[in-house]
This record gives sequence, structure tokens and C-alpha cells, in this order.
Amino acid sequence: MTGASERRSNATGTVLKIVTYALLVVWAVIVIYPMLWSVIAAFKTDSEIFSSPWALPAVPQLDNFVRAWTKAQIGQYVGNTFLVIIPGIFFTLLLSSMAAYVFARFEFQAKGFLRTMFLIGMMFPIFLGLVPLFLVMKSIKDLTGIQMLNTFHGLIIVYTAYSLSWTIFFMTAFFKTLPREIAEAATIDGASHAQTFFQVMLPLAKAGLVSAGIFNFLGQWNQFILPTVLMSNAGLPDGVTRYVVSQGLYYFQNQQRYRSDYSGLFAAVAIITIPTLLVYLLFHDRIEKGLTVGAVKG
Amino acid sequence: MQHGKNRFIFSFLAIPVFLYVVFVLIPYSGAMVMSLTRWTGTSTLDKAQFRGIANYLKLLADESFWNALKHNGIVLLVLPIVTLTLALLFAALFTQGLKGARFFRVVFFFPQVMSVAAIAVLWSFIFHPTMGIVNGIIGAVVSLFGGRWSAFPWLGDSATVLGAVIAVAIWQAVGFYMVLFIAGMQGIPDEYYEAARIDGANAQAQFFRITVPLLWETIRTAIVFLAIAAMDMFAYVTVLTNGTGGQSRAADVLSTYMYDQAFGGGNNANPFGYGSAIGVVLLFLILGLSLLSQRFTQRDVLEY
Repeated sequence: MTGASERRSNATGTVLKIVTYALLVVWAVIVIYPMLWSVIAAFKTDSEIFSSPWALPAVPQLDNFVRAWTKAQIGQYVGNTFLVIIPGIFFTLLLSSMAAYVFARFEFQAKGFLRTMFLIGMMFPIFLGLVPLFLVMKSIKDLTGIQMLNTFHGLIIVYTAYSLSWTIFFMTAFFKTLPREIAEAATIDGASHAQTFFQVMLPLAKAGLVSAGIFNFLGQWNQFILPTVLMSNAGLPDGVTRYVVSQGLYYFQNQQRYRSDYSGLFAAVAIITIPTLLVYLLFHDRIEKGLTVGAVKG
Repeated sequence: MQHGKNRFIFSFLAIPVFLYVVFVLIPYSGAMVMSLTRWTGTSTLDKAQFRGIANYLKLLADESFWNALKHNGIVLLVLPIVTLTLALLFAALFTQGLKGARFFRVVFFFPQVMSVAAIAVLWSFIFHPTMGIVNGIIGAVVSLFGGRWSAFPWLGDSATVLGAVIAVAIWQAVGFYMVLFIAGMQGIPDEYYEAARIDGANAQAQFFRITVPLLWETIRTAIVFLAIAAMDMFAYVTVLTNGTGGQSRAADVLSTYMYDQAFGGGNNANPFGYGSAIGVVLLFLILGLSLLSQRFTQRDVLEY
């Protein structure tokens, strides 16, 4: 039935395809170009950045990266961040799986109440609790002598506490998908509940743990407001810092208004984006699916 | 299997519940109480004076508060509408089975996983008066027409700073919602589109009569997420304006104003009480917005 109308709609089909591609390419450029531009700028000298913003650098200035890492303390920021989020992720996953396993597999009176309690954390804005949280941290020192503010362990505990809501929600759904028979078989064999969990169910939950671990890595690496409020450099000598990457980068940006090390700042942004880029390229499928799983209905 | 069950449940829940209560629930509920006090924060808990709703009355009379609230309102209007439009548009384009779709998806989604601080620093360069891309491109286009474009400080000018901040938020958000909608669209059976095509419906009609209604639940969720994000904006504003909230506070939002009042070390005699009050206001605004948007987007849900 190839008539005039068919040929016309084929033509409109092609035009539509071209327009589609054009729009997609435009947005892809809008996304990629800023990042590409800044990576290239990270290799330029300060004067090149201003005089020839579009050209490639004459000679790649690797020194920018060295300066960012040492003088601008990016190296310390990265180290501090790992110091906080590795335990943070570990405890988040461990405690969340324990709670999620109980929620998924057992019936008990307080269950509904406790589950709702954890869900509240996902609904309320973190700003609500910031000021009191600061005071809670301070009071812990007053009451028990344990310093919480401006410490790594303090930040780890807070990161974990605030990651529980989402991770428990995620892992509960995951545990529900595991077959009951295996756990029952283990109990028949004489295993206690705890043994069943640690030796049987947790290994089975590896896929869920990996996904939850990735999300928590991204979330905690990029965390900005909590460290801004709870972590300062009080009492530290010059050149030593407790900041994590996000607040450190911001601090560096503030500083360079006086020191004008733009090339170093570009290099710093590049360095900080590398871990997230790596994690993303390796795991983007999981990341896309996981981040949208809670929101898609039907 | 009853033996030891309760002991087990308790032991597994004890630590997570404890951490959560101390560091999340107590602060959240404490904020409500704290907002009713006057407290300099250097004294201990018992020296806080109860002031009733005095803090809230002070907020109502506070020009900076309304200024910040107004900006949140602007973001609330612009951010969801533009982001969702772009995200729906791109998602619709994707479902036509294009080559290279995977590449585009991977690229578009990446801003979502980047650190907000890194993105904000990046964009503060892009908006830079002299070395920035924005001025560079505009300058190149303008000179094509024989004109001249001088360095314009997008982030330094009170008229444009809020718009610039919103643009950055949109840039980061579109990819996420696009992927969300693509996932939702993939659940729509092809037969519906087939039937519509046979009936003579063009691409536009198919989109508005089939795709949008069936995607409506997902769109509703997206609206709520974006509304909540519009009430946040803390990292964007802080990094893009270097903590100042922009020239004459033109980009100040409630979250940054709250931080400034509580931790900014200004001349506020009651930083924590006042700051908490702003936090509580934020809570009720967000809850109210979530409820309202759920109400107003209520439709008979189509089952398929």
C-alpha cells in the first residue's frame, strides 16, 4: 500500500528521526562538554585558562594535579573521606541487613511501628534535625566525655544512622525475595537464628549488598551538608585538615579567591570526580535500576 | 522455632534502632521543641528559655525569611516544570528504538552521581565572567552579528544568580528523571501503540493519550521528589554563591538561611532556637507540598 500518504509519512518519519537525534546530541553536548572542558583546563596554566579557554594546553601541566593533591590538600580530603565512608558503608550494610532480615522474615508486635519509624527518615528533610543533631553531638561529650563533633568516629556514626532508613528499606525488599526453604533447612540442621543469618542468608544476599553498597558509596562520598555542620578543623595545626572531599573542595574554591589557583581547582574537581566516574562506568546498570526501583509504579 | 526468637529479634534490632533514635529521631522531634526556645547554644540544656511561638512571630516579620521563601517558590515553579518537560521529551525520543541509545543513557545519567560540590564548582567556572563557556559562546555568537559582548557575571549579578543556580539543578536532575520515565515507559505494552497507529493516531496523540496517562503515577512521584529538592538547594546555593546567598541575597533559600542563622555566627542572639524554627517551617512546607501535589495530581489510576 505504498501510496503518496505512505511516502509522506516515511518522509516525516525520517525528519522526526533527524530532529530526535539532533535534540539528543544537543543535550549530550550540554552534559559532556562542561566536564570535558574542565578536564582539559586542569592541564592548562592559569594564563592559558583565561587567554585561550577553547584551545588545548600547550604543555600538559601535571603540576596542577600535584599542587591540588598536596598544597590544596585534596590528598588529605580523599584520605579523610575514605576514612569515614569505608567504616560508614560497612556498618550501614551490616546493621541494615540485620534489621532488614528481621523485618523480612519474622512477625512480631513492634514490627509495624518500627518499620514506619525507619520510613520517617526518608520522608523528613535532613534540615529539620541539623541544629538539634549538632546539640546532641555536643551533649554526648558533656554527658559521657566522648567527643563526637569534629571527629571521624562521630561522622561515621552519623552517616550510618542517616543511611539506615533507605538501606533497610532496600534490603528488606531484597530479603523477601530469598527462598524460605534454605533458612528452614538450616534451622532443622540445628543452626541458631544468628548462625542462619551470618552463614546462610547473608552470603545469599550478596547481590543486594553490592547494590546497596554502591549507593551508599555514592551517597556518602557526595555528602555535603552533614560534614559542613559537624566537621571543622578546630584545633588543628596549619596544613592538617579533617575535611572530607565535598567540603574540602568548597573550601578550596573559597580560598582561591585570594590565592588564585584556578588550574589547581580544576585539577581538584577532576581528581574528586574520578572515583565516582569509575564506580559509575563499572556499575551504571545497577545504579540506574536501583535508584529508580522505588519510584516506578506499575 | 519460637525458642530464642524474641531474643534474636531484639539483639539484631537493638543497635540500628538505638543509633536511629539517638541521631535521627531525637533531633527531628527535638527541633520542634527547640524552635520554641531562646538559646544561645553555649549554655546547657536547662538554660534554654521557653518562649512559645515568639521565634515564629519573629520569622513572620523577618524580611530575609520571606526573601528566602520567595526564592524557594520560584525554584518550586521552575525546577519541576522544566526538568520534567525535558525528561519526558528525552524519554519519549528514546523509545523509538534508536541506535546508540545506550550511550546516550549512560551519558545523560552521569551528572546524577557526581558530587554536588564538584558540579557546583564546575558550573561556577562555566558561569565565570571572563573564562567561562557561557560568556564565551554568547560572545562568539554576538560577534558573528558584529556586536560585542562584555564579560557578564552570571553568578555575581542579583538578577541572574537564582536562574543560574536553577539551571545547574536542572542540569543534574534531567538524566535521573529521564531514566525513570524510560523504565516506566518500557512497561507499557506495544499493542496499545499498535492499536492507536491503526486508528490513525500520530506520534503526538499517542504520547498524550497513551504514554502520559499510563505513566502518570511515575510522573506524580517525580513531581514530589522535585518539589522536595526545590525546598533543599543547599549545596547548589552555598557553593555557587560562596556561602553568601548571592548579591543582596538574591539566591538565598530557606536551607541556606537556616544554616546562616544557626551556624553562621552572625549577630543572631538566638541561633539555635531561631534556626530550628526555620527547620520546622521547612518540614511543614515539605509535608504540605507533598500532600497538595498528591491531591492535585489525583486521577483515576489506569490499570493495564
